[in-house]
Amino acid sequence: MKNTMNQCTDWLLERFPMSKLWNEHMAEYYAPKNFNFWYFFGSLALLMLVNQFLTGILLTMNYKPDAKLAFDSVEYIMRDVNWGWLVRYMHSTGASAFFIIIYLHMFRGMMYGSYKKPRELIWVFGMLLFVCLMAEAFMGYLLPWGQMSYWGAQVIISLFSAIPVVGDELSLWIRGDYVISDATLNRFFAFHVIAVPLALIILVFLHIVALHEVGSNNPDGIEIKASKDPWGKPVDGIPFHPYYTVKDIVGVAVFLFFFATVIFYMPEMGGYFLENANFIPADPLKTPEHIEPSWYFTPFYAILRAVPDKFAGVIAMGGSIVVLFLLPWLDRCPVKSIRYRGGIFKKALALFVVSFLVLGYLGTQPATPTFTMIARVFTVIYFAFFLLMPIYTRWEKPKAVPKRVTHEPDAEEQYAALAEAFEEMTTHEPLKTSWGATAFPVSPNKEGIKHVLTRLLEKLKRSFE
Amino acid sequence: MKKIIYTLLLLLPLSSFAAGGVKLQPVDVDLEDFAAIQKGAKHYVTYCLGCHSAKYMRYKRIAMDLEIDEDIVLAEIAPEGANIYDPMLTAMNEHDSKKWFGTNPPDLSLIARVRGPKWLYTYLKGFYTDESKPFGTNNTVFKDVGMPNMLWKLQGTQTAVMERSHGDDVISYLKQETEGTMSRQQFDQFLTELVNFLVYVGEPVQLERQRLGKYVLLFLLMFGVIAYLLKKEYWKDIH
Repeated sequence: MKNTMNQCTDWLLERFPMSKLWNEHMAEYYAPKNFNFWYFFGSLALLMLVNQFLTGILLTMNYKPDAKLAFDSVEYIMRDVNWGWLVRYMHSTGASAFFIIIYLHMFRGMMYGSYKKPRELIWVFGMLLFVCLMAEAFMGYLLPWGQMSYWGAQVIISLFSAIPVVGDELSLWIRGDYVISDATLNRFFAFHVIAVPLALIILVFLHIVALHEVGSNNPDGIEIKASKDPWGKPVDGIPFHPYYTVKDIVGVAVFLFFFATVIFYMPEMGGYFLENANFIPADPLKTPEHIEPSWYFTPFYAILRAVPDKFAGVIAMGGSIVVLFLLPWLDRCPVKSIRYRGGIFKKALALFVVSFLVLGYLGTQPATPTFTMIARVFTVIYFAFFLLMPIYTRWEKPKAVPKRVTHEPDAEEQYAALAEAFEEMTTHEPLKTSWGATAFPVSPNKEGIKHVLTRLLEKLKRSFE
Repeated sequence: MKKIIYTLLLLLPLSSFAAGGVKLQPVDVDLEDFAAIQKGAKHYVTYCLGCHSAKYMRYKRIAMDLEIDEDIVLAEIAPEGANIYDPMLTAMNEHDSKKWFGTNPPDLSLIARVRGPKWLYTYLKGFYTDESKPFGTNNTVFKDVGMPNMLWKLQGTQTAVMERSHGDDVISYLKQETEGTMSRQQFDQFLTELVNFLVYVGEPVQLERQRLGKYVLLFLLMFGVIAYLLKKEYWKDIH
């Protein structure tokens, strides 16, 4: 029996490079040993992709892409299909979780300069993935055929009509009708379940192949391949499997805990993951009071609305994504990681994050004159971060970059310091209880809290230098 | 850094604008109180189903979820002649309703997910006499709503007491005009039961979902601890 098994494996291995693939990408793929918290999001994005595929396949088994039946079929899934509610919530929560993960993943790349030479192509593939993901989410959002699905799609597709000359024809061509209709629903379904997922898979493949060719960056932003041992292995590298597979499983467990909390206890997430207005079936004759896109599009939507002219707004919104593609060539600083970069970049990045968050908030709100003004200010900051980058990154005075990766204390090692800070912030005044015993209740110590906060603020201030 | 703080300070007061309009009243939603939901179902069939269907809900499902005998559901909740497998459809046809009300009364299966329980509770309490409207009533939460006050017999009628605020006449509070068959407390209780039913109908699985969630989270917690210990074991040689 055992012999037959061996013969079968040999037969396979002679014809397919299974062990070669495994070694190249897992067991002998050397990853820097100093990955921190931010490096969980790559594997989590892959987990979400799998989640969306599996739950998506199950959903298509009962979903009907038909303007008359779509809304009912979603409620049918929610009520009558066994475990349909769970599958649907996993898919709807998964969409939002996917974007949270991707935004953090991209931010990681910006912090540690993972887009810089030799990893420009990884960044470009990643950006293409991001654009595909946005298309996937946008088209998927039409499928439940609720009011917000319908009117959100109406608004976004009408943006194409702002393009001079071909605009109207183009938006008509995209919709397949003069308004969003059954024809639009059908083609969006086709794109959402076949075309875009296929593109996503291919791009994920390219993203990973390109990554494994040059190797992963790390929080110190140095090339581990620069220092190798006599056997040609990077001294600061460890095999991806088993080290990072076991580590990523911890990340998966923590992530799934939050993911499950949302699914089981707050699937609507206060109207951000599932919008209230989307529980009303689409009605082409009734425009909702307030149309807003899903939260993950709101920063870009705020940029669109900030520009007074419609066509210019569309250009600005497109531009806000296009500039991200150019990031590897806009940044002129030779140092990768934020740890060793000059204060000017740190401040710029912080401003960028703030502008992204504020724009995201403004995108969910009605465009009042005050809000529009604020959106304009932050749109300028958003673009200034990118367009002025070639200038300010030249002035930057980076610090000395170490030759080898540095050690960062992990949560367990930081525990002692945390305990000490807690001790400083509290007092244990002996207290006589009514029955004569002495208790030491923990009460806050104002002086101590002030000290700890001052130290924290000083540390924060220093980290921006 | 200063810029960031100033911006945030600037944004703070703006966020409080979001909650404007009528103050919604709190309502006690308890989906484990099957008796209240059962009463709410009965109220719904008596007072709402005449115009509003709840087409995604079957009588059978009510019997299953609330652990009531099917015969009792048919005898006490469902309208005369309904089958246990029937969805909660209204007897009024679309053609007539369009003629009578100018619009089709919406299906209420998902109304609690659209509006939320507080809104429904405040809305149902918020009818007041307004002779300028076709049905003689208006509503504090839903201005110029096409729906007449179905519950006036129970609640009695109310009139709006106006006050001037920022140059506009706004409703200050509603004053009881005539007494209904129910006391104020009884009526509040009645509405609470009805709203509980609507919240349940919005997502019949929510109780099951929350019950199951505990086990899933507990499992993930244990899985996380084991995964962490495994990681620690593998990584002990990495410095």
